[in-house]
Amino acid sequence: MAGWDRNQIAARAAQELQDGTYVNLGIGIPTLVSNYIPQGVSVTLQSENGMLGMGPFPIEGEEDPDLINAGKQTITELPQTAYFDSAQSFAMIRGGKIAMAILGAMEVSETGDLANWMIPGKLVKGMGGAMDLVAGVGRVVVVMDHTSKHGESKVLKACTLPLTGKAVVNRIITNLGVLDVVEGGLKIVELADGVSEADLRAATEATVLG
Amino acid sequence: MNKEYASAAAALEGLLFDGMTIASGGFGLCGIPELLIAAIKEAGTRDLVIASNNAGVDGFGLGVLLATRQVKKMISSYVGENAEFMRQYLSGELELEFNPQGTLAERLRAGGAGIPGFYTKTGVGTVIAEGKEHKDFNGQTYILERGIVADLSIVKAWKADPSGNLVFRKTARNFNPPAATAGKVCGAEVEEIVPLGSLDPDTIHLPGIYVHRLIQGQHEKRIENRTVRKKEAV
Repeated sequence: MAGWDRNQIAARAAQELQDGTYVNLGIGIPTLVSNYIPQGVSVTLQSENGMLGMGPFPIEGEEDPDLINAGKQTITELPQTAYFDSAQSFAMIRGGKIAMAILGAMEVSETGDLANWMIPGKLVKGMGGAMDLVAGVGRVVVVMDHTSKHGESKVLKACTLPLTGKAVVNRIITNLGVLDVVEGGLKIVELADGVSEADLRAATEATVLG
Repeated sequence: MNKEYASAAAALEGLLFDGMTIASGGFGLCGIPELLIAAIKEAGTRDLVIASNNAGVDGFGLGVLLATRQVKKMISSYVGENAEFMRQYLSGELELEFNPQGTLAERLRAGGAGIPGFYTKTGVGTVIAEGKEHKDFNGQTYILERGIVADLSIVKAWKADPSGNLVFRKTARNFNPPAATAGKVCGAEVEEIVPLGSLDPDTIHLPGIYVHRLIQGQHEKRIENRTVRKKEAV
């Protein structure tokens, strides 16, 4: 069973981008998606710390401490860039103006529940803007590893960790393939390179439809 | 009206008291009021309740007030990248009220705008919604979130004029405008105070009505996560 690596997951997620839309990319694998935007597709990236039109990382020596993305990485601006404050930023998220968010996940459920902000007693990072994004954007795509380091499925019947949002995920892209959240469970959309349907089903605790 | 003070300590004179609530601007280490934070550390004010998206990092930003144990409670959306914050929280020494980032921004904006509460879909079905009023509008469920009014706001801008009109720079604007409006009193620190009339009134990001005390100073502007790309071949 081969499957996709982080960059291949990001490249597959980039195929979700619709021309002419405004999109928010989360931290981690989602950030890599911007490296694979298909030819002929123009999207405007929103950074929830107050920017539309996020450009690439700066060339060494051109870093600006006043210009960062939501992962606190130094970035650059583009000709169409606009800056605004955090209330305005989340007004456009909450107001449904952002077409899609691509986010990481610790766990996802067959009903589209997402958990990606804390492990009680162990890891406390916080939800940042993720709860607002999943509640406000048009479509939520999750990119993640299908299983934990110990081989346990992270695609579950029900999440065990505190939720980021309930019934908010539309599509799940993992190292093993692409699944959609539909009535009654998950539907296989695509298998990753070298992955069989049996492999994907074996690695998935959630209900995978016929 | 001249709102200029000689130093951060002078600007905070008479405003600080134990147990007070402070709203702070900044996102990570970007656009943080580092001079006013240092002055609060020097003043030794204790049992602070601080509404700020993050709490800086160990040893910089609001992290310095955590290190001195001056903070009783944080209202934040993200505390990663700060080992001391995590340690104090997990050991029960520090209270933490997690707010989704947009909810925190809107709570500050609402508080400053005289709006005591608002309904949002953010957090419905999660621990954030526990104990909060739920209400349906047009078939969707929302929860009631409260506006925040702070005893003091501390913010950082790029430029100001002596009347307190502020201009921010790039993503250093972030939480500063909503935090500024949420305070009964607002102290602002800037890189440069320019003469009256030299800022274009059409480009003011935050009108001076929200700013009461103003200082100019040198800012370290530390970068938290320096990321660069290779120069492309010509």
